Amino acid sequence: MNPSVDALRATFGNTIGRAEESCGDTIVYVARGPLREVLAWLRDTPEQGYDYLVDVTAVEYRDRERPLEVVYFLRSLARRVDLRVKVELDPSGELAVDSVVPLWRGADWLEREVYDMFGVTFRGHPDLRRILMWETYAEGYPLRKDFPLRGRFSRAEQVRQALAANPEAHYSLEELPIAEAFDELPPEMKERLRKGERGKVPYSE
Amino acid sequence: MTKRTVELALATPGTDARGAPTRVPLALAPAAAPAAEPDVAGEHMLINLGPQHPATHGVLRLVVELDGEMVVRVIPHVGYLHSGFEKLGEYRHYNQIIPLTDRTDYLSPMANNVGFALAAEKLMGIEITPRCTVLRVIACEMSRIISHMVWLGTTSIDLGAFTPFLWAFQERERIYNLQEMWTGARLTTSVTRVGGMMADVPDDFVEGVRHFTRTFPKTLAEIDRVLTRNAVWVGRTQGVGALTAAEAINHSLSGPMLRASGVAVDLRKDKPYLGYETYDFDIVVGEHGDVYDRYLVRLEECAQANRILAQAVDRLPQGPLNVADPRVILPPKSRAMNDMEAMIYHFKQVMEGVKAPVGEAYVGIENPKGELGTYLVSDGTAKPVRWRIRPPSFINLSVLSKMAEGHLLSDLIAINASVDIVMGEVDR
Amino acid sequence: MKRVLETKEVAGQSPNYLLAKVQDLVDWAVNASRANSLWPMPFGTACCAIEFMATAASRYDFARFGMERQAFSPRQADVLICAGRLPFKLAPVIRRIYDQMPQPKWVISMGACASTGGIFDNYAMVQGIDTIVPVDVYVPGCPPRPEGLLYGVLLLHKKIRGESLFDRVPRRDEQPLDERGLRLSPEQIDELSEPFGNSIHQFRSA
Repeated sequence: MNPSVDALRATFGNTIGRAEESCGDTIVYVARGPLREVLAWLRDTPEQGYDYLVDVTAVEYRDRERPLEVVYFLRSLARRVDLRVKVELDPSGELAVDSVVPLWRGADWLEREVYDMFGVTFRGHPDLRRILMWETYAEGYPLRKDFPLRGRFSRAEQVRQALAANPEAHYSLEELPIAEAFDELPPEMKERLRKGERGKVPYSE
Repeated sequence: MTKRTVELALATPGTDARGAPTRVPLALAPAAAPAAEPDVAGEHMLINLGPQHPATHGVLRLVVELDGEMVVRVIPHVGYLHSGFEKLGEYRHYNQIIPLTDRTDYLSPMANNVGFALAAEKLMGIEITPRCTVLRVIACEMSRIISHMVWLGTTSIDLGAFTPFLWAFQERERIYNLQEMWTGARLTTSVTRVGGMMADVPDDFVEGVRHFTRTFPKTLAEIDRVLTRNAVWVGRTQGVGALTAAEAINHSLSGPMLRASGVAVDLRKDKPYLGYETYDFDIVVGEHGDVYDRYLVRLEECAQANRILAQAVDRLPQGPLNVADPRVILPPKSRAMNDMEAMIYHFKQVMEGVKAPVGEAYVGIENPKGELGTYLVSDGTAKPVRWRIRPPSFINLSVLSKMAEGHLLSDLIAINASVDIVMGEVDR
Repeated sequence: MKRVLETKEVAGQSPNYLLAKVQDLVDWAVNASRANSLWPMPFGTACCAIEFMATAASRYDFARFGMERQAFSPRQADVLICAGRLPFKLAPVIRRIYDQMPQPKWVISMGACASTGGIFDNYAMVQGIDTIVPVDVYVPGCPPRPEGLLYGVLLLHKKIRGESLFDRVPRRDEQPLDERGLRLSPEQIDELSEPFGNSIHQFRSA
């Protein structure tokens, strides 16, 4: 068991959930609320020093009783130690977590992919839109367990929707000032733009 | 005519005296590009590069905002090769996923096979035999060489040098011959199985690898002679697309991208697998993090891979190839046809698949592109609940927009080439 | 005898002997020059693109078959070689590239994924590019060996030599997308995309 777990419990107390060990790796469950605080502590505390984010992903189980987990793989390069942090989300509830892009910029595309594949929203992400499927993809979130392998629509309908997409569409919040694709945006993106959320990606450090 | 030798003095030890990874002090190369001016007159162009484009190394789409020839912003769009690998993996047995792993990073298929097999074996608690271990090292290092050769060939084409492409692909053909000798396929090898390999190497294989290790350095020296001190090459790659070590770590880069920025991290030294701690090799660390350093790092990594290959074939032990567990490894066909028990094992494995215990495992290996991680979650059945590929090219590509701003359009091509992406892995 | 003459008239060949011979000569010359200098447009997406590059490299070298200049602009290409799997996100792109190619144009579908969707029978993959663009030669394999691709190219040569400029029914028709936005009817697409073989058993997740 990674000693960081004890250090976490000493610092954060009850917000740290259970800790497990699987195949030699340590997994610690954290509540959704203090997640960013916990991860920032893990990154910034000198004794912990998890300066490298290996991966961000999500897992949905076949067992309908189990929650959907968002998994963060952390690594301390200097100490050569890994830690896995998981947040459990209720699949029937709101799938939203705080974004860790302010902590590790590598999480940018990784969180976009989790959003694309699972529908988990990352609050505070500078530019949360689909990355692997096209922006107007209407079938749903592919890696969810209720999404069938061959998709929800018939093949002909999938071909028709694919051919109807504009290959030159510009959909990022950065590109829109220059391009003219506003009409084709999905409604929730139009809403974000109307409210003035312009994702300027800050390259700090 | 005097011969000049070029020494690539790049190999630095991975750790310093205290055992911590060494950090090479970073100094940016001179001649930074002029800063972009704000677009007052509204004259910036928005051009679309790709997804079908010779220089994007696959189906990558770059939307570039240009001020004349200078890149103000570049926004990469990926997903044009999204094939639903991870979804497909949830519907396949563990051994049926191995052919899928060939097709993610199709430039180094054997290394992907090994990465997945290691994760599945960690999940199931299987320990492979010594012979299998050494053969997997051979597979990984051969994959490293062919991947870097593709990178070298296509990058030099992008920057205008056509001949190294032909030399590099000729070397690849020689490794393809070895791969075909072993697995029957040039590219989609599917060489590993959970608990072992698909087949043992044929008799000529070891001699073939030895011959390759003896003659490959000559090609490397040729390529080095043509490119490394070439004024055009140096002019187009030095000072272009530089990243500091802190930026590289914060962006979760891995592989040559990370090491070229001066961060001495290599999973083969930090978290050794397959017995890499027993091999004598150096990890290659750059200094400035620009395109030129990435080129030097990859070139020297080919030489180091060659070195490991030579050691591996010398120490290849005799003995069994696969673990002796009949629940995991298919029995030989002759036994399956004649012995009832073996037939039952064969039947169960093929029809039901090998069941993994409940749990999860993550294994990251040092792929040519970076850290290829495989995360497997099992609920006790023969098909994983979740198969996650931690894609090095995907994460390395996300830093493209930062690297390219303020450079020229032709530098953007060089920077894009230096990231060494393979879209099969970026999009999965 | 009369039946043969009738079919030749429909096909556009002149009933006059000398004129027919001249037509044959013209056809031979045009087809030979078209076949012997097919400039490929490599629409390379995945692993087949690597085998395509190996075919272009020095060991297998398809420059000796006239494909010396790879045309990366569709405006200057003769044959679109779709090498690799085609996801739905890429479908409008290949259709647009095909539409941008000037006549005469041919399409080679290289590999199992381009021909039928290959091992990717899932939500993301087009089950064969022939649902989107008309295909002349299918090259099977995963990936096809360079010799396989060369065999496909030679088959295309054979097909080109069998064409005629004087066909009343043009072989090189455009086959544009219809008002539904599809090239084939929905029933045809669904039938082409039906799973077959082992894959019908592999839709159960557990």
